[in-house]
This record gives sequence, structure tokens and C-alpha cells, in this order.
Amino acid sequence: MVSAKQTSDFDLDTVRADFPVLSRKVHGEQLSYLDNASSSQVPNAVIEREIKYLSEEHSNVHRGVHTLSQIATNEFERARESVRAFINAAEAKECIFVRGCTEGINLVANGYGRKFINEGDEILVSQMEHHANIVPWQMIAEQRGARIRVIPMNENGELIIDEYENLLNERTRMVAVAHVSNALGTVNPIREVIATAHKFGIPVCVDGAQAVPHFRVDVRDLDADFYAFSGHKMFAPTGSGVVYGKQEWLEKMDPWQGGGSMIRYVTFEKTRYAGLPEKFEAGTPAIESQIGLGAAIDYLNSIDLDAAFAWEHELLGYATEKLSAIEGVRIIGTAKNKASVLSFTIEGVHPHDIGTILDQQGIAIRAGHHCAQPVMQFFGIPATARASFAFYNTKEEADRLAEAIEKVIQVFG
Amino acid sequence: MSELNDLYQEVILEHNKNPRNFHEMPDANYRADGHNPLCGDQLKVFLRVDGDVIADVSFTGSGCAISKASASMMTQALKGKTREEAETLFDEFHRMVTGKLDIETDENVLGKLRIFAGVLEFPARVKCASLSWHTVHAALHGEEDASTE
Ligand SMILES: Cc1ncc(COP(=O)(O)O)c(C=O)c1O
Repeated sequence: MVSAKQTSDFDLDTVRADFPVLSRKVHGEQLSYLDNASSSQVPNAVIEREIKYLSEEHSNVHRGVHTLSQIATNEFERARESVRAFINAAEAKECIFVRGCTEGINLVANGYGRKFINEGDEILVSQMEHHANIVPWQMIAEQRGARIRVIPMNENGELIIDEYENLLNERTRMVAVAHVSNALGTVNPIREVIATAHKFGIPVCVDGAQAVPHFRVDVRDLDADFYAFSGHKMFAPTGSGVVYGKQEWLEKMDPWQGGGSMIRYVTFEKTRYAGLPEKFEAGTPAIESQIGLGAAIDYLNSIDLDAAFAWEHELLGYATEKLSAIEGVRIIGTAKNKASVLSFTIEGVHPHDIGTILDQQGIAIRAGHHCAQPVMQFFGIPATARASFAFYNTKEEADRLAEAIEKVIQVFG
Repeated sequence: MSELNDLYQEVILEHNKNPRNFHEMPDANYRADGHNPLCGDQLKVFLRVDGDVIADVSFTGSGCAISKASASMMTQALKGKTREEAETLFDEFHRMVTGKLDIETDENVLGKLRIFAGVLEFPARVKCASLSWHTVHAALHGEEDASTE
């Protein structure tokens, strides 16, 4: 195997040095941060950008005529333009700033649902969705008298596409599917899922939280109608996030939150809404977080991102091989096409005990249902342990993970 | 790793493997469901109370080693106790795992249950140790559900 170190100017040591937290210790041991699917770490470039904003540029956006407000507004909008270019949206105003993927999906469910979902209609969600792409749809279905139908998956954790096609009908109003499953790592054939829905004139809302940090996403190439993701999973601060929507849909939808910034004018009789994107951005946004997201994208553009992604993918394969070789370890999620996520169980050991024992050795993983309880129900398990990689992780860390798992098996032997 | 050994002691590992009183109880006159929403763990407890005395107590469910061992040892501790004695144990256990009772200096009747003082070093795991106790407490007070929320 050729290491990415030698094949490009992506240098692992340099990249690791960009993320200060990676050098810290936990319980006296070197930290191995393998919980990137929950939240990724933040590079110096973003931290420094935040400091500059907070110490020199902070004010409210879109409000003041004074200098600081103008700077803040410009920087905020520059971040939006960085997002646009990164996901190749046609227009920056199609990129609505939200608190994260969850808020983005709630915006779509409410904005679209109240207008286009009616009694007897159907909403398709997949069996591997995060609760963020289930519950908002259930809530709107209940309000509108619609029902949820589930696109099933197979034992490997892959969508059963034939069944999906059979579920589509003239009552279907929305298809809500993750690009990448956070519990299983499955990369869904989202372009095909969208193309099929479009044959019926049905829009698709893609949960891209686990995709954008792991490979290049082009919303126009995918022809996605809506695409939501969180900044804090892509090296930006919490409180930043984006929901992309095609202009034609966003124009037709009503806002779901009212307040300042989203209006053209207000009287007690009637309010005229602002245009895009402000129509969907009521109240003061997380200005410094979104500017931080812009800085995170600038950072990603400054490294050899394709090599970085290739390295991460190689690492996933390496770690999968290592863990598969350990007796008693079962990998949950064995799709052909996977990204970042390695979910597993150990026979006779609850994932929380795995998590605690690994933490004592400085290895951060997630243990639990990963906000995807239907996935756990499908596999008949209460929870999994999950290691999830970013491009700054190393093979040594994968080795440490495997050794620590051996240790768990020993303790519980 | 020394702290870890405080938590995963032989006794706890052994109860995890061979939980005591781990079954349903058809003639229970008190029962309740416990949920730990953080991890999705679920537990049922069953009690048969004769007069004032807990004649029998059992549990079922899935959970981590800490929650299973805690439930297992709880059933052993509660069998034959009066309601009042059970209440005292609940109170002391709860104070121990939340750091409000020092097993070295404060008087207590926790006995073997003192082993769970180790979870204090693992804040994320305190609820695992206390779930079964909350559930029994709820059952004895006529509630059907307990949660560590
Ligand atoms: C697939 C997926 N969707 C949605 C979310 C929700 O993201 P957030 O909590 O940042 O809104 C997550 C993160 O946990 C996720 O992994």
C-alpha cells in the first residue's frame, strides 16, 4: 500500500499540526480522536479567524450603517459565497444559514410541508436515517395528515433500491434520505435516488451531515432539491450549518420562523417577507460560527483535499481489516461503498463499557444508538461502538484502536 | 488505568456475566420500566412485597456491565428488607454515586454496594449505576416509569 504521504503534497504531520487539540493528552495518554462523525476538531485557521472576528469585527449583520456592522455583514456573506462554491450551488442565496443539519431539515419539513403536504400524502424516509431526518417529517406528517413510509435496507446496510422504486407513487410528496449513514457509514447512491424521484416530480431532501466532510459534494451534479449539513462536523464551530435549497422551491415555500431580518415590511395586518436567503433567517444568526465555517472551507481549499479524502478512505479500509481480524468483533454496516464510519460490537460487552475502557487509554469513540434507533432495531442490538475517521487520523491510531479492543476483550474475558 | 480497575472490578464483571435474580416475576405486585435515554438502555424491575417486606425482587433488560451489575447487586441487597430500609439504601446509594456521601467517613449501611463509589470518577457512567435504583424507587411509589433524565 502506498501511503498518501508519498503520493501528494498532503502531509499528515503538517495537517495534524494544524489541529491543536490533537496533541493533547487524555488520562495521561496521547489522545486519538476517533469520534469525528459526532463532531470534528477545529484547525488553527478557524480558531484564528474567530479570534479576529470577535476582537476586531463583531457587530450585528444586515442592520447598521456603521463600519463594524458593514464588515460583519460582508464577512458573513463572504462565508456564504465560500459555501456556495464548495458545494457548487448556482447562487449563494440558495445556501440558507442554519444552526446545523437538524435545523436545516426542520426548515425544509416545515417550509415545504405546510405548503405541499396534505391529507393522505406520503413521505419516504430510509431505514438508516438519523433521527434528524425522521422526527421532523413525522411531526409535519402528523400535522398535515400524511404518513411516513420507510425505504428498507439489507443486512449490509444498503438501501434496497427496487423497493424504493415500488414505494414511489402519486401520493409521494417528499423523499428524505441521508447521503451517508452516520451509524453504518453507508454511502447511498444519492444521485440515482434523486433521479428516480424526479421521474415522478418528487423533490428529495438529502441529509448530507456525514458526506460533506468526507468527499466532494456537488449539489447541482446530484440535482438535489434540498441538502443539509452541519459546520461542526466539517472542522467549523458549532452553531454553523447550511441548508441548500433550489431557488424555485425556496421561493415557493413560506418561512417557518418569523422575526427580525426576514421581512420586507411589517404592519399588524400583514407582513411581506424578505427575499432569499433572509426569508429563512429570522433573528440574529450565529455570525462568528458561520464566518468560522467560511474559514474552515478556505482551510480545506488550502490543503490537497482530494489526497486528504483518499487518505481517510485508505485508513477506513485499514482499520476495518484490523478490527475484522479480531475474534468476537462484529462490524455493523458492511456496505460496499462506505465513508469514515466503523461501527462495531464485541460479543458479550456492552458498547458503553467499550467506550469507557477506550477513553481510559486516550481513545475517543462514540458508544450508543447514534440517534438512529431504527438502525439498532434492524440489527437487533441496543447500541454499537463507533470509530469515525477524519483525514488527520493515522494508521497508528487505528492500530491503537485495535490493541485497545483486544484489551477490552481481555478485561471481560 | 488504575481508575479503570476501580470501576471494572472482578465483582462487577462477575455480576455482569452472571446477573442474579435476572428473570421476570409473574406474581410481582410492583413493577416499573427504567429508561436511560442517553444510551437507550432499558430495564424492568419486579417486586413482590408482603406487608412491609420485600419478599422478592428481580430484573430483566439490556445494559452495560455497570448497569447490569448494579441491578444484580441491588436485588441481592433488597431481598428481605422493609420498605423503610429499602428507602434508606436508595438514598445512601444515590448520595454515594453523586458524591454527597463519602463511604469512608459517613456512616452508611451500603455494605457490598460500596463498590459502586468507583463510578464517581466516571461522570458519564453514574446514571448506569443508578438506573435500577431509580426504577425500584419508582415501582415502590406506584409509578410505572423511571428515567435518568
Ligand atoms: C447523518 C446525520 N444527520 C443529522 C445529524 C444532526 O446534526 P446536528 O446535530 O449537527 O444538527 C447528524 C449528526 O449527529 C448526522 O450524523
